[in-house]
Amino acid sequence: MTTAEQEALIIRRKTPWWSLLARDKFALAAALWLTLMFACFLLGPELFGKAATTLNLRARNLPPGSTEHGWLMFLGGDALGRSMLARLVVASRNTLTIALTAVFFAMIAGGFLGMIAGYVGRGIGHVIMRFADVLQSFPSLLLAVVVLYVLEPSVTNLIIVLAITRLPIYLRVTRAEVLEIRERVFVDAANALGGSRYHILRRHITPVVAPTLLTILTVDFSIIMLAESSLSFLGIGIQPPEITWGLMVAQGRNYLSQAWWLAFFPGLAIMLATLSGNILSNWLRVVSDPEQRWRLEKPRTGDE
Amino acid sequence: MSSAPILEVENLQIEFRTGRDTVHAVNGVSFQVESGETAAILGESGSGKSVTASAIMRLLQSPPAFVAGGSIRFKGQDILSLPISQWRDYCGREIAMVFQDALTSLNPVFSVGWQIAELFKAHGIAKGREADNRAIELLERVGIPDPASRAKDYTHQFSGGMRQRVMIAMAIALGPDLLIADEPTTALDVTVQAQIMELLESLRQDSNMAMILITHDLSVVADVADNVAVMYAGRVVERGPVADVLGRPAHAYTLALLDSVPQARGKGSKLRPIVGSPPDLARIPKGCAFNPRCRFASDLCRNETPPIVEVTPGRTAECHHAEQVFNDG
Repeated sequence: MTTAEQEALIIRRKTPWWSLLARDKFALAAALWLTLMFACFLLGPELFGKAATTLNLRARNLPPGSTEHGWLMFLGGDALGRSMLARLVVASRNTLTIALTAVFFAMIAGGFLGMIAGYVGRGIGHVIMRFADVLQSFPSLLLAVVVLYVLEPSVTNLIIVLAITRLPIYLRVTRAEVLEIRERVFVDAANALGGSRYHILRRHITPVVAPTLLTILTVDFSIIMLAESSLSFLGIGIQPPEITWGLMVAQGRNYLSQAWWLAFFPGLAIMLATLSGNILSNWLRVVSDPEQRWRLEKPRTGDE
Repeated sequence: MSSAPILEVENLQIEFRTGRDTVHAVNGVSFQVESGETAAILGESGSGKSVTASAIMRLLQSPPAFVAGGSIRFKGQDILSLPISQWRDYCGREIAMVFQDALTSLNPVFSVGWQIAELFKAHGIAKGREADNRAIELLERVGIPDPASRAKDYTHQFSGGMRQRVMIAMAIALGPDLLIADEPTTALDVTVQAQIMELLESLRQDSNMAMILITHDLSVVADVADNVAVMYAGRVVERGPVADVLGRPAHAYTLALLDSVPQARGKGSKLRPIVGSPPDLARIPKGCAFNPRCRFASDLCRNETPPIVEVTPGRTAECHHAEQVFNDG
């Protein structure tokens, strides 16, 4: 072992995760942005609930950048003269609740079914895969429209519908990964040392699949926000006066030629949320992978 | 040997059914392993030795693999008729296996110590700190320097030989009575091979465990095994004590195998490789499977399956010309 390697080993054992985060500028920025969003999620409606619904007709479609109507109007006013900033903050709760819960359930359910399909057997695996085929071959928007017309458009129903339409992706990826991992020698070794099927699935297969699923989750997060906005646009998602970023984009579209900021800022919020999630999940994947972690731990040398 | 055999394999037949063809990977293999001995299974690639080992551990995936006949008895218990969940209770505790590919037989996402400790936890033998300490003890026992800190390292931080040591530590952790080592040194370089074999042999002697050593390496067999079974095309073609079989083979294949090994001494003598290649196991030749490559082959060999000949007491060979090979070889 060379001295450089030894150094790397010593550093590996000593570097805690927060110090690694501090060294990665992008990951740090992403983490800070997500923290800010989470603060809005927790406190936004309580602090700005009133400001977000107060009409100020003099500030209708007010361009951003001026503070003559107060600092809340810094990002401009919407078509009814409500503060964009306050609405963005307040909308974060609905947006994040719906998107996070939906991706989370899609991942859990899809991952679980995918593991069964990949690990348990051909019979039940085929049934599950055909179920996924059906879900995927049916236009997801149409499915959502049908379901939400039959049931009433509430937040819970919206989450369920979105989760179900996103589920096949997790299912397929998990199954494909499981099919590959179950053939690896360490699974045979665990078998030969007396590990039960459940034990192998839990201890040996799940930890290898999990990082992939988390990466898909962050990408899916934005897709769900946009899907939610199209449903809201069609009038079967979130109903005004409740707001989400997606709904704000949809409403702002009508004024795109006169007041671009109505659709731009909520769109930017969606993009930044997704981007931060993506960067942070990428960072997490590297940190949690024992074979990659050294890349972050490597001491910085000079101009690097 | 007076004690009852710990493992008896009788007329084992394994087929892989792959749509068009049925591949006969193992065609009637029989052997016994006495407790405390080292039995070697010797054969070239595709002779069915690893499939036999996987069948004993019940690791074969069915389909495509099917046990078409025969029986495997471990301590008198018929393995193949046991429900798989009951057999898993034996695995690790009474019978364990070391794999050929040391580089991939450990899980890359957990530290090595964690994986060994998990073995104790999963079998309900120890938990928490105690399991960790036992893992460190085991690492020390298999010769890993500075085990307490190495236990925190991950698989990729170990060399091939070290990984194989860890794998051996896991295999012997619960004190099995039989260890199957499936080409344990194939992926390692020669100096490390010797260390690993030495380790296996000393661990075996310490705990009086029996070992099945599966290998294609004649020198390894000669070094450590008590008895050897030579396999060709899914059959055991010759069986007996190592010194006798390798010293004076009675099967044309064993003889050819010995002739094809390069010697470190005696520069200048040409190698005599076995001509041709092993048969397609979906189309095994009629008669003796080795006949197309055999220099003793006669019409008899091409038409009739050879009988099992007892060459000397305790030694058998499946060859029409066993006497001739034994005497002239």
